[in-house]
Amino acid sequence: MSAAIQSIDFTAILPVLIVAGGALILLVADLFLDDIDRPLLSWGAAGILVAALVAQTVLWAERTSQPRQTFCLNGAASARIGLCSYSVDNLSLTLQTLALAATLLVVLMAPRKYDVPFGEYHFLLLSSLTGALVLVAARDFVSVTVALETLSLPAFALVGFGRRAGGEAALKFFLMSVASTAIMLFGISLVYGTTGSVYFAGIQRTMAATGFHAPVFAVAAVLTLVGFGFKISAVPFHFWTPEVYAGAPVPVAAYLSVVSKAAGFAGLILTVEIAFRSYLPSVATLIAVLAAVTMSVGNMIALRQRSAVRLLAWSTVAQAGYVLVPLAVTSWDGAPYSTTAIVSANALGPAVGASVAYLVLYTVMNLGAFGVVSTLATDGSGGQLSRYRGLYRDNPQLALPMAFFLLCLAGLPPGVMGLFAKVAVFKAAVSGNLVWLAAIMAVNVVIALYYYLRWAALLFAGPTVASIPAGGPETAAALGGVVGSGAEGGGAGTVIRPIPLPIAPRLAVAIALVLAVVFSLWPNPALDALTLR
Amino acid sequence: MATLLVLLLIIPAAGIIGLYCVPVAQSARIGAAVGTLVFLLSLVLLPLFDYNHPGQMQGEVNRSWVPAFDLHFHVGIDGISFPLLLLTTLLTALCLLYSARTTTKDESGRAYTALLLLLEIGMVGTFVAQDLLLFFIFFEIVLIPMYGLILKWGTGERRRAANKFILYTLLGSALMLLGFLLIHAKTGTFDMVALSRQHGAGMTASVQAAAFLLVGLGFAVKTPMWPLHTWLPDAHTSAPTTGSVLLAGVLLKMGTYGFIRIGVGMVPEGAHHYAMALGAFGTVGIVYGALACMAQVRRGGDFKRLVAYSSVGHMGFVLLGIATLTRIGIDGALFASVAHGLITGLLFFIAGGFKERTGTTELYALGRGLYERARRFGVLIAFAAMASLGLPGLAGFWGEAYAMIGAVKPANGLPGAGFHLLLVFAGLGMVLTAAYLLMVVRRLCMGLPGDAVPDLHYAQVPDLTPRELISWTPLAGLTLVAGLWPAVILALADPAVHNLLGGAR
Repeated sequence: MSAAIQSIDFTAILPVLIVAGGALILLVADLFLDDIDRPLLSWGAAGILVAALVAQTVLWAERTSQPRQTFCLNGAASARIGLCSYSVDNLSLTLQTLALAATLLVVLMAPRKYDVPFGEYHFLLLSSLTGALVLVAARDFVSVTVALETLSLPAFALVGFGRRAGGEAALKFFLMSVASTAIMLFGISLVYGTTGSVYFAGIQRTMAATGFHAPVFAVAAVLTLVGFGFKISAVPFHFWTPEVYAGAPVPVAAYLSVVSKAAGFAGLILTVEIAFRSYLPSVATLIAVLAAVTMSVGNMIALRQRSAVRLLAWSTVAQAGYVLVPLAVTSWDGAPYSTTAIVSANALGPAVGASVAYLVLYTVMNLGAFGVVSTLATDGSGGQLSRYRGLYRDNPQLALPMAFFLLCLAGLPPGVMGLFAKVAVFKAAVSGNLVWLAAIMAVNVVIALYYYLRWAALLFAGPTVASIPAGGPETAAALGGVVGSGAEGGGAGTVIRPIPLPIAPRLAVAIALVLAVVFSLWPNPALDALTLR
Repeated sequence: MATLLVLLLIIPAAGIIGLYCVPVAQSARIGAAVGTLVFLLSLVLLPLFDYNHPGQMQGEVNRSWVPAFDLHFHVGIDGISFPLLLLTTLLTALCLLYSARTTTKDESGRAYTALLLLLEIGMVGTFVAQDLLLFFIFFEIVLIPMYGLILKWGTGERRRAANKFILYTLLGSALMLLGFLLIHAKTGTFDMVALSRQHGAGMTASVQAAAFLLVGLGFAVKTPMWPLHTWLPDAHTSAPTTGSVLLAGVLLKMGTYGFIRIGVGMVPEGAHHYAMALGAFGTVGIVYGALACMAQVRRGGDFKRLVAYSSVGHMGFVLLGIATLTRIGIDGALFASVAHGLITGLLFFIAGGFKERTGTTELYALGRGLYERARRFGVLIAFAAMASLGLPGLAGFWGEAYAMIGAVKPANGLPGAGFHLLLVFAGLGMVLTAAYLLMVVRRLCMGLPGDAVPDLHYAQVPDLTPRELISWTPLAGLTLVAGLWPAVILALADPAVHNLLGGAR
């Protein structure tokens, strides 16, 4: 690439610059702050994220039909055909906004109790976020790889802050991640070798023009996908997930389950939908099987979990399976994708909107659930599910949102938002003639309901089941009995007592709750994210 | 009228919010007031309804809600949904009134009232929704409140029962959603009015068969159709009185309503393809339900379980009526649905009264000779039993008779001989039904109190209380009215059924 100096559109990358610069400012500020003032860094980080979100709204407002691109190869034509490294389009804007908002909630939910060094913690968090922001906007494999590493390296250290098994978890995470990156790089190098381009648009054009489907490309494609499979913790590349989530501080687990996963999905979507567009029919079956296995295994194992964070970890594995479903769609309403015209370099297939919508809605409900778990966490871990028994009696302000988030995750009204998310995916599968996959997903939704509901029911349960007289006269006695016996037997030590909560975690839960209610009534912004004009 | 329909959905929702804005002690009273208000408002629909065109959708509201799914907030009623809507608001109001006195004045009582109101939103919504996806959302809304009612206010093995209820139903409805999406993929619309008008146009026979199978599985679990009924006896046995009343009175009707409105009306060729199987399963349900009930008339038998199994039998008649795909059969199915809501609602209220008097629903616990000891209570049990066994002159008779008449001459193309065979078994089931209900009456109401079992602690059984009279009399009265004057429902339903079967095309 004989490029001289590329012109850079600084407005386009302003959110990234704000976050990256903010990370450095926080690190420096940490040096000049007393221990008492350190918590200010949390609010500082929150302020930086809000500023970046404001910059984002400017980009949203200035969108035109042609995506705003920068870091383009020199030459007038390169932008038009998409030989650019950074693109501001609906996909990148949606996922960047998601990552920024999600990280804001994560920052809010990290209270003092995790005993993390504030300066480093926020510096690492924002550095990792920088990687995520770049990744979702990157449109070539080199940028994607660099961004992925920027995302991952600080994350290892963040996991290491976990008090109980942080070091071990961080090591496991590190090894898994490095291995997956190596595999992916090998795949990418083969892709470059066979197509002669690292730009997604360039690869797509070469493949479409030559119909180049050498066996070596199959190897390249599979290796690349495996790399992303690790990032999104698709089965069988999921083994690190529960250990790492359980070992990390709860907010870090929340961050990994949402931002890191969304960025991984962005990479996967771009690779499958743009770079490998004409190769899609060949990998679609692989993705469909991956989706089916991921959701089934995730849900089956989640059934047996007794620890809050581990259950959420397995549930995120299962949810990743749902997000994968639309990526396996190769035809739409009977017409194969290959015949749908590729308008611009960033045109995505019609099914991908369902994946993105699912990611957006999932972010809200999952962060909400993690937020409550984090708020109630005592010794730096989420604790056992049994600790949530009777939470409604002691702390209804947390129990009701938690029940709502769990129902959203299960996809059952009144958690209408979750239902919408699942309908989006079902619709993509049925429109794409993947009814068998939709049927497997339907069974999975039922399995998942069981464990979400068990948790939700625990919130409203009395102290112990045995203490409620069975078969007694219903009506007044039995109605009172459930709560009455609870009050008498209130000495049960396992129950979480109301503790004065700091404002920030409550704020995080409240924001997630408001978003969840709004999306339940008006899901259109999430569902139409890719088609908004 | 359109405003009224929307209000029927908004008022319970506002009621739930209201519950949490007033002191907790007031919640039961607010609940009863909201329930009554919704019922009165639904009565206002009576003079507004255009009886000259009961086959037309009336009071329609149609606003786009989620364009990405083509989901519209589209509601309306016609002659099929109107009686079911009134049944829903009546039963909910009666349940809220019935439990107003006993609901505790604490957080738990408030949650109980809120769940009943949430249930009402789902039930009302299911019968007024005219968009398949909207229908699905309302269909699902009822799950959580009913789950909560069984789990928290139920008895016995309530955890198992609640889980069985919700997992069974959700599996069915998840497949149902796939069916809806399949219909949408082929026709490009979720609009139930338009789909009814198209009457299957735009879908090949095999697509219709697949759609009917998927959709039908969801409704078959809900109805419930033998052999998918196993959640029902457990759920009923464990549920509190109001839960049982609404479960049997309304929730089961959501299944039969769906079969008629969506199965028969929108994928007619699919319905035709599976009609014989549907009728056969329904008939097995009739005989099976009757035999299972008979087995409950013994020491240790459970009255609620008995009524639950009797529902399987009655729903079998409804399915048989639907399966004939004839106007008279489906009229009968609709009539039987409403009648079953009234009669079984009454029976479950009686079971609740039973339990308040004895602390158990064990059939023999009440002892003998109720005619002597608690005259009005005994007479009411006998009345409900007579209605349930289909005594002419009471509501239970017409629906099942019509369903069987429909089976004499099923729709064109259906095997007449097969349906005649089903008729024989249905007739046998009817006899068995009469037998077990008479056994119940003989066991409970007749005889002398002295014949009672020795361990009887309830020699003095309190007669009906005013609270019970208020809640139960409307059901008994309507059972009589519908039995003596069936046209009150049939005149509404028949033109709409005619349209549904493609008559309007």
